[in-house]
Amino acid sequence: MNLTAIRAIYFFEMSRALRSIGQSLISPVLSTSLYFVVFGAAIGSRIEEVEGVPYGAFIVPGLIMLTVLTQATSAAAFGIYFPKFIGTLDEVLSAPMSFFEVTLGYVGAAATKALFIGLVILGTAFFFVDLSIAHPLWMAAFLVLTCLSFALLGFIIGIWAENFDQLQLVPLLVITPLVFLGGSFYSITMLPPAWQTVSLFNPVVYLVSGFRWSFFGQADVAVGVSLAMILVFLALCLGAIWIIFRTGWKLRK
Amino acid sequence: MPEPIVTIRDLVKRYDDGFEALSGVDLDIREGEILALLGPNGAGKTTLISSICGITRPTSGTITVGGHDTQTDWRRARDLIGLVPQEVKLEPFEMVAKTVAFSRGLFGKPHDPALIQRVLDSLSLGDKAGTPNMALSGGMKRRVLIAKALSHEPRVLFLDEPTAGVDVELRRGMWEVVADLKAQGVTIILTTHYIEEAEAIADRVAVIDRGRIRLVEETAALMARMGRKEMTVTLADPIKTLPGTLAEHGLTLSEDGYAVTYVFDSRAERTGLTRLLSDLLATGVRVTDVTTRQSSLEEIFVGLTNAAETGEAR
Repeated sequence: MNLTAIRAIYFFEMSRALRSIGQSLISPVLSTSLYFVVFGAAIGSRIEEVEGVPYGAFIVPGLIMLTVLTQATSAAAFGIYFPKFIGTLDEVLSAPMSFFEVTLGYVGAAATKALFIGLVILGTAFFFVDLSIAHPLWMAAFLVLTCLSFALLGFIIGIWAENFDQLQLVPLLVITPLVFLGGSFYSITMLPPAWQTVSLFNPVVYLVSGFRWSFFGQADVAVGVSLAMILVFLALCLGAIWIIFRTGWKLRK
Repeated sequence: MPEPIVTIRDLVKRYDDGFEALSGVDLDIREGEILALLGPNGAGKTTLISSICGITRPTSGTITVGGHDTQTDWRRARDLIGLVPQEVKLEPFEMVAKTVAFSRGLFGKPHDPALIQRVLDSLSLGDKAGTPNMALSGGMKRRVLIAKALSHEPRVLFLDEPTAGVDVELRRGMWEVVADLKAQGVTIILTTHYIEEAEAIADRVAVIDRGRIRLVEETAALMARMGRKEMTVTLADPIKTLPGTLAEHGLTLSEDGYAVTYVFDSRAERTGLTRLLSDLLATGVRVTDVTTRQSSLEEIFVGLTNAAETGEAR
């Protein structure tokens, strides 16, 4: 394992993120605060409790997930796309590093960035709603796993993208609907049975459900299933990246 | 004969669109030498280098670097290689020293700020360590690329057209850098399409054209062959035959009788030019123009290619 090389990529990417830390933080914090104001304070007080949890608190895990998913995906996509775009990726490809090491460096940095933003939003949430976390360790585990798996997805998107439009299109067209339809703002048990079944094909449902369980002790889907599905998603992404590096798709001529 | 540091056997690279950039390249690179890979644009120079460095996947064939196969033992093979790419590719906002340190890290070498500073100093970039890459001039950026390639102390350094589009002064500076590296025992392979460049610094020259190595030769020997020059004298009035004394010089007379051509070796001790010119004047012919030309690289390529084809036909 070329640990020095992984560290080199990781810290290089982190220092890039630190240069624009203000921009990276202000937008998610602001938009989440707006959600809290609108759904928590303005409308939330008129919405009845969901499964015994006040609506304002109920949406916290979903909101964190929404931001973390989007951030992890776009950070990782940009992280690999940028060196590909300016050509410095050739150096990485000619270095004595395996695909796993390269991936770990870039994805690790993107996941860290998303995790940090997620924690900041969690902190913000405490200003707006009464919140207690039932299973803090599980909460952390779900958060880290989510950051990692969607950073992996973003990494694939970054390799696939051929221009900046595509880089933004996928998170917008795929991630946002998945998150909104994934039960961020509602319990999927509120849906008609047919739609509940459709929802089960949405990976985000498992993330939000498991994550919400770690807060309130209740879930749409059994926690074990949630965890298993996240791990499956993670393995799928990793497998795809392995194939990409093996065949050199979009990377090597 | 010591083991070559890089061996290439029957290397073929066919791109997805069917274009064959390399059609069976065989080449041995000796440890410690400077080898110039000479060829016209599109000859396959960059593809060959990229294949050795792991950026391009060869279709077939084998490459070893320091005895390690670049396909199966790629980690150890790549450890030994430094690559200076043809195009300037740098993180615009990052500082010079950090960019170079990053390259060292990628190759798994421990952080060593003193070494990075030494490398920068040797390339006259010592005072630019804290400058962002985008604030550098074109020539400095090129030297940062060299610093990156040298940051992990490679034993084999590939320079892909290091002097394309740089001014004369910078080119000389680059040559000095290459000579210093050779003195430190680094094997250097540089691609170029300037024959003068190969002549100035290379120990050996490999000529590549249309995906094949056409010849590998000591620079001095190749230059001797390149030294053939042609002088054409244009006359004011046509002549039918060469006047008496001129006939002994082995001249050729053009069909219309207006031009005589003399072929000579510009590097020879005696070119025969002085005697030819005085004989020419003695005959009293009126001369309107004198031109000399050297056989160009392209002509050499054509010559080599034709020779190779007749060779194959036999």
